[in-house]
Amino acid sequence: MSAVATAPAAHASSEGAVKTKKLCIIAYSGDLEKTWASLIIASAAAAMEIETSIFVTFWALQAFVKDSKRITGQNWMQKMLSFMQRPGISHRKTSKMNFMGMGPWMMFQLADKYHASKPKELLEMCQELGVKIYPCQMTSDLFGIRREDLIDGLEETVGAATMLQLATEADSTMFI
Amino acid sequence: MGNLDVKLKVDASGLSCPLPIVKAAQGMKTIASGELMEVVATDPGSVKDFAAWAGSTGNTLVESDSANGKYRFVLRHK
Repeated sequence: MSAVATAPAAHASSEGAVKTKKLCIIAYSGDLEKTWASLIIASAAAAMEIETSIFVTFWALQAFVKDSKRITGQNWMQKMLSFMQRPGISHRKTSKMNFMGMGPWMMFQLADKYHASKPKELLEMCQELGVKIYPCQMTSDLFGIRREDLIDGLEETVGAATMLQLATEADSTMFI
Repeated sequence: MGNLDVKLKVDASGLSCPLPIVKAAQGMKTIASGELMEVVATDPGSVKDFAAWAGSTGNTLVESDSANGKYRFVLRHK
């Protein structure tokens, strides 16, 4: 219909060291919609060449366990926890209107209808685009989640100090 | 349309945010500095998003137009 913009094909930014922007996401919630939001933001940020890291802690850690893993944990309490909230990026529950899985099912139907990417695809894109994902050591211990329970391609398991370093050095930090 | 020497065409039609810019970022990696990439999207948000994406990555938005609900962007690799 109409021309929107025509920018001059001028200088590509070759004026040396352009400062890389950094984003730090602290993924805390394991809820479907919040994990989803984290991954949308992270994949978009990585696409924008923003150096992106996700520190995965508490309930979000279950989202980064392999989908194929049914039960995690070493003792009955940890096993019970994972039984009550099935691990894996494809098994998240919505914080509202979960209705025994009807809520997520409907959200995925809508995502298909409107060609939105589901969390699993976004997670793969994030990894492909070089988003660094750091699992939290303390939560891993608490939930009895072993390294081999987690998806491949994650960074080393770290603690609060590393997270704080990432956060304080980042241009933007989000707690989701 | 015609007179630009586009190296790569990326079809992001039908895809929702953030897929168009993710596809663009992936495509940009496959072409060399100075070469052009054309992206076609149908997501109305992509108009602002591609300007922001170019601004953030340092790639240049050479041309941008829309017709019949399709948005077309030509970007030059930095």
